[in-house]
Amino acid sequence: MEKSELKVNEKDIVVPGEVLAQGMSYLPSEGTYRKGEDILASRLGLVRIDGKVVKIIPLSGKYLPKKMDVIIGRVTDINFSGWNVETNSAYPAMLSMKDATDDFIRRGADLTRYFDVGDYIVTKIYNVTSQNLIDLTMKGPGLRKIDGGRIVFVSPTKVPRIIGKQGSMVSMIKKATNCNIIVGQNGIVWIKGTNPEDEIDTVDTITKIEQESHMSGLTEAIKKFLESKGRTVVVEEQMQGGNDEL
Amino acid sequence: MNNEKQNHIINYLKKDLRFDGRKREDYRKIEVETGIFKTAEGSARVKIGDTEVLAGVKFEVGKPYPDTPEEGTLMVNSELIPMSSPKFESGPPSPESIELSRVVDRGIRESKAIDYKKMCIRPGELVYSLVVDIVPVNAAGNLFDAAALAVWLAIKDAKFPKLEGDKLKYKEPTKQKLPILTEPVSITVYKIANYYLVDPTPDEEEVMDARLTVALTEDGTICALQKGGEEPLSKAEIESMIGLASKKAKELRKYLR
Repeated sequence: MEKSELKVNEKDIVVPGEVLAQGMSYLPSEGTYRKGEDILASRLGLVRIDGKVVKIIPLSGKYLPKKMDVIIGRVTDINFSGWNVETNSAYPAMLSMKDATDDFIRRGADLTRYFDVGDYIVTKIYNVTSQNLIDLTMKGPGLRKIDGGRIVFVSPTKVPRIIGKQGSMVSMIKKATNCNIIVGQNGIVWIKGTNPEDEIDTVDTITKIEQESHMSGLTEAIKKFLESKGRTVVVEEQMQGGNDEL
Repeated sequence: MNNEKQNHIINYLKKDLRFDGRKREDYRKIEVETGIFKTAEGSARVKIGDTEVLAGVKFEVGKPYPDTPEEGTLMVNSELIPMSSPKFESGPPSPESIELSRVVDRGIRESKAIDYKKMCIRPGELVYSLVVDIVPVNAAGNLFDAAALAVWLAIKDAKFPKLEGDKLKYKEPTKQKLPILTEPVSITVYKIANYYLVDPTPDEEEVMDARLTVALTEDGTICALQKGGEEPLSKAEIESMIGLASKKAKELRKYLR
């Protein structure tokens, strides 16, 4: 076999069709595909090389449903066997009755007592079929109907930045603003605070993260931003060598 | 959820706050730009926050209406394209689209802002007619005010094309602008619970009780009103909404330059 070689460096910005690596000893991952013996980019984004695996962190784009993702969705319709949910992705999602509750539901019962049209729910994707139909479940810790608060939409590609390493970013904001925050992997964020000022500061902070997610020292910048709003910030211990860039 | 959302918005309004941190009577950042289309005689782009509206003016020549044989005509149309909001569908004009163009049209027509008599070529036979089109690029709330501002700026920007025989030479613009007498500004005041606000976001538009579009001329004369929404308005409410509108109209006037 020919010698394998990388054509790009880590964190390079690549465009679809660009050759990332040649040879079979590199493996294509998210955002890439193999053509012949080459690995090509299928999305616009930053290259990430993890050993032999080449993947792309997209800079923008719609949410692509992934198994086991916890997302926030909006109930759009009720049908005879469950609920249709809008998930901010291109594909339809279904929450079936048996995945929604352990209760016995009589035939023809009023399903709106569980979830009504327009309700937001924290839910988990338990399967994405080959046709990209999304199956949801409410069975799991923290999965529930959302009560009060407000919804903010962010770019799904920035969600890892908002959450931070092991949730460090979101817990920093939570503590600083006294707000309850749930970040869905699909880019829908739920915020509930005790007063409007707290919620507005939280939204501003999240917007700031979204805008400056590519900058280095993001945690520090966000800490300063929160402090400039008169909030006390406690930065949690980070892992050694922790890098919140990618 | 809608009820919940409404309560949440009211909680904010109680503290004179909005979801985006604005005060009740604050507009989002407004940006205006004129002369953006080559193919229209007059054009403008207005951005209010995330809302972006384009307006274009075309001249035509044609027969005047029988009751006004010496006056030019004005026509305002809008198309709420599905690209601009998930709420808009393609197909025949929706009631919202018709209302938008009618309200914008009325604001300009009733202010007598254009001297239609000067748009006459041969009385009873040939007059200039203005065709104005409104296209939202992004409908993120407050289309009424954005569209009214864009249309008026486009009209101010418009230059007559050369008239040869009874035909217009669109490729040969003259320097002559439309005869303008006054400058109307249109402000929409929204009512949610007992609070009045301007420049709503889509969330606020969704839960509003009532709205009142007020068109005012330069000297503050009210020239058109349009009420919308489910809830009725009392006389006192209308008066305070008009009061707020006249206050905001003065602020908006600076974008007319």
